Amino acid sequence: MNLHEYQAKELLRAAGVPIPAGDVATTPEQAESIAQRLGTAVMVKAQVHAGGRGKAGGVKFCKTPADAKEKATAILGMTIKELVVEKVLVTTAADIASEAYVGIIVDRATKKPVFMVSAAGGIDIEDVAASTPEKIHYHPVDTRYGLLPFEAMRMGFFLFKDVKVARQAAKIMSQLYTAFMNAGCSLAEINPLVLTPDNQLVAVDGKMVIDDNELDRRPEIAALRDESSEAPSEVDARNANLTFIKLDGNVGCVVTGAGLAMATMDLVKYYGGDPANFLDIGGSSNPEKVVNALRIITSDPNVKCILFNIFGGITRTDDVANGIVTATKANPLTVPIVIRLTGTNEELAVKILQDNGFSASNDMDAAVQRAVELATKGAAA
Amino acid sequence: MSIFIDNRTKLLVQGITGRDGSFHAKQMIEYGTQVVAGVTPGKGGQHFEGTVPIFDTVYDAVQATGANTSVIYVPPMFAADAIMEAAAAGVKLIVCITEGLPVLDMTRVDPYVKEHGARLLGPNCPGLITPGQSKVGIIPGRICLPGNVGVVSRSGTLTYEVVNQLTQAGIGQSSCVGIGGDPINGTNFIDCLAAFEADPQTTAIAMMGEIGGTDEQEAATFIKEHMKKPVVGFIAGQTAPPGRRMGHAGAIISGSAGTAAEKIDAFHAAGMGVAKRPVDFVQLIKARLA
Repeated sequence: MNLHEYQAKELLRAAGVPIPAGDVATTPEQAESIAQRLGTAVMVKAQVHAGGRGKAGGVKFCKTPADAKEKATAILGMTIKELVVEKVLVTTAADIASEAYVGIIVDRATKKPVFMVSAAGGIDIEDVAASTPEKIHYHPVDTRYGLLPFEAMRMGFFLFKDVKVARQAAKIMSQLYTAFMNAGCSLAEINPLVLTPDNQLVAVDGKMVIDDNELDRRPEIAALRDESSEAPSEVDARNANLTFIKLDGNVGCVVTGAGLAMATMDLVKYYGGDPANFLDIGGSSNPEKVVNALRIITSDPNVKCILFNIFGGITRTDDVANGIVTATKANPLTVPIVIRLTGTNEELAVKILQDNGFSASNDMDAAVQRAVELATKGAAA
Repeated sequence: MSIFIDNRTKLLVQGITGRDGSFHAKQMIEYGTQVVAGVTPGKGGQHFEGTVPIFDTVYDAVQATGANTSVIYVPPMFAADAIMEAAAAGVKLIVCITEGLPVLDMTRVDPYVKEHGARLLGPNCPGLITPGQSKVGIIPGRICLPGNVGVVSRSGTLTYEVVNQLTQAGIGQSSCVGIGGDPINGTNFIDCLAAFEADPQTTAIAMMGEIGGTDEQEAATFIKEHMKKPVVGFIAGQTAPPGRRMGHAGAIISGSAGTAAEKIDAFHAAGMGVAKRPVDFVQLIKARLA
């Protein structure tokens, strides 16, 4: 789960990281009054789950409250990477002497959270990583001990020669690590970590990504989810315990398991079609999941054919068959459906489907080819 | 021969009285796995299905039965502790089926397991099977056939699909191992490939990867440099949309996005057979067994 900048900054502030004063506005008038209250030049920053906000025109410097109102008017409602901006953060603009980068990510290779720090921070940090990798220092942390003071200090000195500033940086890294662990992050970063002309460090932008598996035991973090910033069909799917990603094609796919779901999408493409979605109904035997999956898929007007690819390992294919029958009785389909199922209770499933006017095959390639054919025909009609 | 498990494997089931644990314990017993013990705190002294003794702790179960392998079906918030409990009790192979473990839990579990000299398979994996001898986990036994092909995969159902197609074509398997799809797991492709290379029964290997990370690229390098046996690879997610970006850090640390194209290139560079579709494994493996 992604957090907005303002949410990440609240968590960082709670851990002690110096953050410029600011507040969130949903209207230009609110933006104006926040700027008035701050009494400084401000930044007005779009709060959307997308990178490159500045380059898209979603981050503006404003000298006066009237200016903040005007810029907020322009930013609120604008679209950045297909996401509509509904909130802006209005925050005191910092004076910048230099910009550093400090981030932590859970690294597959070392199997640890790894700090990455660089004195060359800012929006082009990826280019720094690619062209001058020696400017980035990596430090894996053993979570059983946490970030040790000397480790933080060593990174502090990598960033700043002045011991007073290095100490400030070390403290901020310990605080960032605390926030990272307490929120159950898979990623947390401060970019830029700004050094002001009077030698103070301040976190001007913050980003946090939460491991979804942490949310059950961290209800206060789960409550930060902003459903308005996600596709409605994806919210619907998550609430139904399905993994769903909407795509642009016209073959709606319902599959058991993520690997087989991806392989099914690949096969749709292989036979000249385009998948409308990724949808994993998981390994459980629950007809309700099938009903929900069909509701979500049929709500997409692009879908011209529905393809079920079910491998019954834990899943009982007769449960899936019953789900299809129940769902289509309640809401008759307006597009063709192709069903491939094999595995546990396959004979029973085929009988249930046949008794209700459906046909089913156990050949994955043949089913995908048929679905692509029907979707293409449906799209042409 | 086989890898990791065989007919001498003595299995204990952590969470044997739960919904999933009891269902799959029965399936494993039916398949012929030696299920010697179950663990559910508070139910020590009872018996599962009237035959398998249940213990309160893994330590007690290992002391009483000599179990050398454990399979875990406990809820995600308890799974990290269950894995470490098994390692501390001296279990040498720990298979964690549970899905949804917080990745930060795994950063503590991984070194703990290694320090205790144990191997962890998973979490979030289907387990493994040595056809005709032993199954630990949830891979459906009836789709497997004893034979000479080693199967290793990051996915569950995709493994079943490929194994099923191999079996229907009369191509048997030495062992099938699902390593799981989580960012941090106990056993990776290279661990399994090295074990298959050393296993006299295995003569060819089918490997199913996915987009994300660099495990498959590292496996390809290992295959090129250290393996004599032929390997056929497949990558799921060739048409997946580019993932939603994880800030700057993801791109900085991997230097790449872990795309299917990158992984398939690495397979070609290692001289591997590359299956474009799951069904292609049948012909590609057949050609390499001949």
